[in-house]
Amino acid sequence: MKLLSASDASTTESGAHTLVVANTEDPRGLQLAGVQRIDLHFPKFTDGRAYSQAFYLRRRLGFAGEIRATGDVLIDQLVQMARQGFSVAVLRADQNLDFAQRQFDRYQGFYQGDAVTTEPVFKREVAQGARA
Amino acid sequence: MYQYTEFDRQFIRARAAQHRDQLERNLAGTLSDDDFRPLRLQNGWYIQRYAPMLRVAVPYGELASRQMRVLARIAREYDHPSKEVFDKAIGTQATWGTTHLPVGYGHFTTRQNVQFNWIPLDKSADVMDLLATVDMHGIQTSGNCIRNITSDELAGVAPDEIADPRPFAEIMRQWSTLHPEFAFLPRKFKIAITGATADRAATYWHDVGLHLIKNAAGELGFKVLVGGGMGRTPITGTTIREFLPWNQIMNYLEAVVRVYNRWGRRDNLYKARIKILVKAEGQRYIDEVEAEYQDIITRDGAPHTITQAELDRVTACFVPPALNLNAPARNVQVPAERQSDYARWLKQNVAAHKNPALRAVTLSYKRLGQAPGDADADQLDTAADLADEFSAGELRVTHDQNLLLPWVREQDLPALWVAASHAGLARSNVRLLTDMIACPGGDFCALANARSIPVAAAITERYQDMDELHDLGEIDLHISGCINSCGHHHSGHIGILGVDKDGKEWYQVSLGGSDGSPLSGPAVPGKVVGPSFGAGEIPGVIEALLDTFRTTRQDRETFIDTVRRIGFDTFKSAANSARLSDKHEDLHTLPKTDGYAKDAQEA
Repeated sequence: MKLLSASDASTTESGAHTLVVANTEDPRGLQLAGVQRIDLHFPKFTDGRAYSQAFYLRRRLGFAGEIRATGDVLIDQLVQMARQGFSVAVLRADQNLDFAQRQFDRYQGFYQGDAVTTEPVFKREVAQGARA
Repeated sequence: MYQYTEFDRQFIRARAAQHRDQLERNLAGTLSDDDFRPLRLQNGWYIQRYAPMLRVAVPYGELASRQMRVLARIAREYDHPSKEVFDKAIGTQATWGTTHLPVGYGHFTTRQNVQFNWIPLDKSADVMDLLATVDMHGIQTSGNCIRNITSDELAGVAPDEIADPRPFAEIMRQWSTLHPEFAFLPRKFKIAITGATADRAATYWHDVGLHLIKNAAGELGFKVLVGGGMGRTPITGTTIREFLPWNQIMNYLEAVVRVYNRWGRRDNLYKARIKILVKAEGQRYIDEVEAEYQDIITRDGAPHTITQAELDRVTACFVPPALNLNAPARNVQVPAERQSDYARWLKQNVAAHKNPALRAVTLSYKRLGQAPGDADADQLDTAADLADEFSAGELRVTHDQNLLLPWVREQDLPALWVAASHAGLARSNVRLLTDMIACPGGDFCALANARSIPVAAAITERYQDMDELHDLGEIDLHISGCINSCGHHHSGHIGILGVDKDGKEWYQVSLGGSDGSPLSGPAVPGKVVGPSFGAGEIPGVIEALLDTFRTTRQDRETFIDTVRRIGFDTFKSAANSARLSDKHEDLHTLPKTDGYAKDAQEA
């Protein structure tokens, strides 16, 4: 997952190939042809609607472009964002990039399937022969 | 019990490390209190009126004695406020009459968890590390996420069981744990599961209630209820699936929760639970769930389908313990003068078991001098000892805030009764009036409008005569300190609710509620008898209700059956006749504490 500071993000262009989607929209109704980037918004980090939107885009619709998290984006939500298919996160201005990386290093794995690792651990482990 | 794998263990340790990282950033000032709050809540850490509260998850209520001993150790070593915190708490509470606040103890909750009330927040990471040593944690015991999954206290041992719900509860625990999509739902989300004919898990009062059933072809599956809940709008769950094959439950719940995450209201805290969505949208919600479920199956490839291998793996953890059923009984006799007490205990506290040679025995934590469901460090250790000696080292936290020993040999009952009596845990009041449910109330909780513990204590004190209690028979008395309804007042045959009028504590009384158990009938909220009462009037109101019951009951009819037969109005008049002429001008005023209502609102 690519992390951008608020100032980095303000200098990257968002052009004709970018869709900015409110978290009240159903992304399954979007025209995605030619779209390279979709910005999903977190008005508050505790408003989790964009996680379901990202799931629809990445997993259900197979959108392969950039899915960007904007708004109240804190380092403590980055792992779950990545699991739901976000590829870029624009961190809230006060967030410390140095603390961000260790959030990704902590867990060896998760139980349930998500938008990226689609199967639950019990199916993955059987596939790998890890679980007797 | 479920046996943790290395994956499960490293996961819990990683979660403890994550909490420590967040705590350290908070203490260092790089994670603000407002940003930390939703994170620590999802590890069970609240700030209450005066001190933090920790809610430890007990998945589907099942505990091993080694885990109970760590809970005892936490009570003994960590559940102590600083002098400054305690002085402020007792000093403030004294202004409305509380003269005693216990420390160094655990509290069993209606959702089968265990709470501590005084652990300083800067010790929280050490406590999480300690819990992780015995496969325990506080994951998702609070916050707007999928909470600890509760179940029948007799799961796996009940004679009326169609299938053991514990393997499914465990598989769903894993599915819901740190689910990336459902960590910030509109509001909290509670699931209860039962595999029995009788509903001992209040499934109709949960956001999702699951009943393991068999269809006409003899196949195992779930009846799925959605949209039950208490709070200020009590609603019982709606059946949205009569039969769902067992292996589809997580695919289906993904649909149920995803539609709620998308559609649930976030503009009004009191309208954010799924019950409001289901009520507002009705069939449209159900149709959307079914459509989403079909998409999960056909378009996503049904990724969450439970494999037979996984069910077998988890089920293997729940085989009954190997007990020597033929070994002679311990040589302990019930004294002749205590035979009638013992007989009453057998009747109320001892339940039948799937295995005819075994019994399930409830230890009563409803007694004078301690709040319902409270146990100090020594009492927690004693429970662990009793579990080791009499129940293969296993205990259950019950929905009614007691502990249950699920594997007791029939021939050991006299010895267990003697041991439990010595520990003060053999009071034969299970399901009787004094086996009441009560939340911690205004002595601890920042959201409470009134205290619960003194009301519970006054009723307990008034009804000490065991002859009288047994004569009155089985009654559900439920007490909540506010409309959040943690004390389940809506489902009590008699419900008591703390309300705030002009900053003073008052109590609304309701009648005829049901949790959905066979004793209580189909789940339904009670009806309020009239304007609220002062705390001093409550024992008189209870007495008036019970006197009316005694004079109108037929034979051994239960209170709830008599209320339904005679009608609400007779009992309503009785309750109102207990009003005192005193205008209650000297009622205690609720001392306002600053700051932490936000925590309690996410309770």
